[in-house]
Amino acid sequence: MKGLEDILREHSFFAGFAPEYSALVAGCARNHRFDAGNYLFREGAPANEFFLIRHGTVALEIVAPGQAPIVFATIGEGEIVGAAWLVPPYRWTFDARAVELVRAIGIDAACLRGKCEADHDLGYEMMKRFVPVVVKQLQATQLQILDVYGTR
Amino acid sequence: MVAERACPTTTGPDPVVPQIYRVGSARRELADTVTLEIAPLAGRRPAYGPGQFNMLYVFGVGEIAVSLSGDCTDESRFVHTVRDVGAVSKAIARLEAGATVGLRGPFGIGWPVVAAEGSDVVVVAGGLGLAPLRPAIYHILANRARYGRVTILFGSRNPDDMLFRKELEAWRRNLDISVEVTVDHAHADWRGHVGVVPALVPRAAFDPESTVAFVCGPEVMMRYTASALGEAGVTADRIYLSMERNMKCAIGLCGHCQFGPTFVCKDGPVMPFSRIADIFAMREI
Repeated sequence: MKGLEDILREHSFFAGFAPEYSALVAGCARNHRFDAGNYLFREGAPANEFFLIRHGTVALEIVAPGQAPIVFATIGEGEIVGAAWLVPPYRWTFDARAVELVRAIGIDAACLRGKCEADHDLGYEMMKRFVPVVVKQLQATQLQILDVYGTR
Repeated sequence: MVAERACPTTTGPDPVVPQIYRVGSARRELADTVTLEIAPLAGRRPAYGPGQFNMLYVFGVGEIAVSLSGDCTDESRFVHTVRDVGAVSKAIARLEAGATVGLRGPFGIGWPVVAAEGSDVVVVAGGLGLAPLRPAIYHILANRARYGRVTILFGSRNPDDMLFRKELEAWRRNLDISVEVTVDHAHADWRGHVGVVPALVPRAAFDPESTVAFVCGPEVMMRYTASALGEAGVTADRIYLSMERNMKCAIGLCGHCQFGPTFVCKDGPVMPFSRIADIFAMREI
């Protein structure tokens, strides 16, 4: 049976990660299972963890009063959910719902932030992985805001 | 042995004189989008290839370029899918069976479906951009054995605005092609992808060194898609985009559709990204 360290090493997000860093991150990790319809986290809640998706699809939703939730992105296998753990005040700004059975690795945010503070090389490696994710999401948001398929 | 289904080639009529065509059927695809089947009043329609376009003339209103969206091996008619965004397209979208229109064409350079044989093919369509790609998809499906892996990536505004939804579902049921659909946003009951169509590119399975990509959609979507394909390892000379500019004469004389050193009507509308990459994002062009 694979341990968390092996699973992390095989996850595409950690491709090329040094083995010693995998061990450090694995020390902050735990397995999660979310059945369809369950929430990984809700808007406003403390961003205590981020998630590496091993299986299934997660819908990121925003809810406005009196309206049905709007899904603005789906995240699948090999991808990560959540960057709010990196930025104060460390609170989620949207809901994350399991569309189907989701298996994920949760990384404890305070634990990992502490290790990144103690070892800036580890912190830099983490940033090199998170910044492209954030930039891709920003670019996608730019396209969505443009509403390119709408009529003007 | 695979039976060949190629689009026939013939010489068309005088390119500046509209021929009279009759609308055989008008099918509403979406609230603002209609597919027309039109046939010449006399004789056969000229041959065309996937990706080419016609100039449609509504008498008393005006003329616009409209890409062909049907099966080019069906020699009985032309098929056009039109969205009513302007005066002429609105008049076209209001045409009913039995109405007549003027038609010049077909014009332009289409998708390199023959040159792509032997390669993996990635088709990326956004919104109405699926219409000019549909003839290429028909051709590839009809000659499936000639291509490697075939992937269709389609992006739509939301699940209700999805063009050719039934066909997308039918293509998806084919076991030898991959079809992925995404929408920009959706309600919680949508179980498919949500996000922009370029984000599907890294998730698709293809050999970038042996891939030809056909891309059509709003220009911003094509810029991001070309970038995603480039990041995936597809070189710019193997990425083809269908460009749209103000086509008037359609034969490279008037200059209205000039795009840098090219005329979209005669050097395109389908162009390799390598030819226009340097000016594609330039707002002054």
